[in-house]
Amino acid sequence: MTWTLVLLLGASAYALKALGAVVIGDRAVPPALQRCLLLIPAALLAALITKDTFTSGQEIVVDARLVGLAVAAVLSWRRAPFALTVFAGVGATALLRLVA
Amino acid sequence: MNHFRAPEARRFVSASLVIGVAFVVFGTSFGVLAVGAGATVAQACVLSLFVYTGASQMSVVSVIAAGGSPASAFGGAVLLACRNAVYGLAMSPVLNGRLSSRLLGAQWVIDETTALATAEHDPSMRRTAFWVSAPILYAAWNLGTLAGALVGDSIDPSAFGLDAAFPVMFTAMLVPHLRTRNGRRAALFGGVMSVALAPFMPVGLPILVAAFGMFFGLSPEHDAPPVRTDGAP
Repeated sequence: MTWTLVLLLGASAYALKALGAVVIGDRAVPPALQRCLLLIPAALLAALITKDTFTSGQEIVVDARLVGLAVAAVLSWRRAPFALTVFAGVGATALLRLVA
Repeated sequence: MNHFRAPEARRFVSASLVIGVAFVVFGTSFGVLAVGAGATVAQACVLSLFVYTGASQMSVVSVIAAGGSPASAFGGAVLLACRNAVYGLAMSPVLNGRLSSRLLGAQWVIDETTALATAEHDPSMRRTAFWVSAPILYAAWNLGTLAGALVGDSIDPSAFGLDAAFPVMFTAMLVPHLRTRNGRRAALFGGVMSVALAPFMPVGLPILVAAFGMFFGLSPEHDAPPVRTDGAP
């Protein structure tokens, strides 16, 4: 982690918030553009999930993380509290490693 | 700043405290993982103070931890922050004070403050909801980060299954986005691309290709809620 990355990201993230709230203000933005921007988290979070579950560097790997993911998916879908979801998912992975 | 109505303000304080507990837990997890990925305590805290967008912060740490380049870590994190520009548009009428308070308020425009404010119908209630909840949630997130970063040094992430913490947290953040059809399409596209391209591209790059899933938004959707909340900024 470098300070350049930390500071550039801080400035960019703030600029994006201020762009909508201060610069553009009440002026109209195409609805299709708004819909696309709001879909970014769905695409990227899913990409991060599969990357962190099924890859190690450039290799595709299936290991105990998959069980943690499955537990978290079920709990999130049932709208369990965030802390419970995280502890259960992480705990299931650790437990499987312990017994396997 | 603005004229608060005391009885209503109390309602927003209690709502913010409930969300604030989740922010402390999530912020602590972020602090632990950031330090585990090689960030210093100061860097973890500066990320939370200035970026203040949970998904972006987790994404940058996750890509760096996996050995991705700073450029690809930056690209993915900035893309994830783009939705705040949309929230900023929705919140612009709420932040209609002096320039200094608009600039301060802009930093606090996140999923939760936007959801709390836009749930109100009366403009002055929207302002109260925003200005009461925003500082509470900001404090919760940053205190959690500091606590996590301080204990993070003493924990070996994989020993406690903490390497699974990234996908587990991202799953909790993703689920609200799966409640619309376009959200499910974008997620499927992103999730498949990320793994399918992994053997052929440098770490971090498939994430950026996955972002093209956003173009499913070109087709209209009738059931799309304006704001989702997932328990992190």
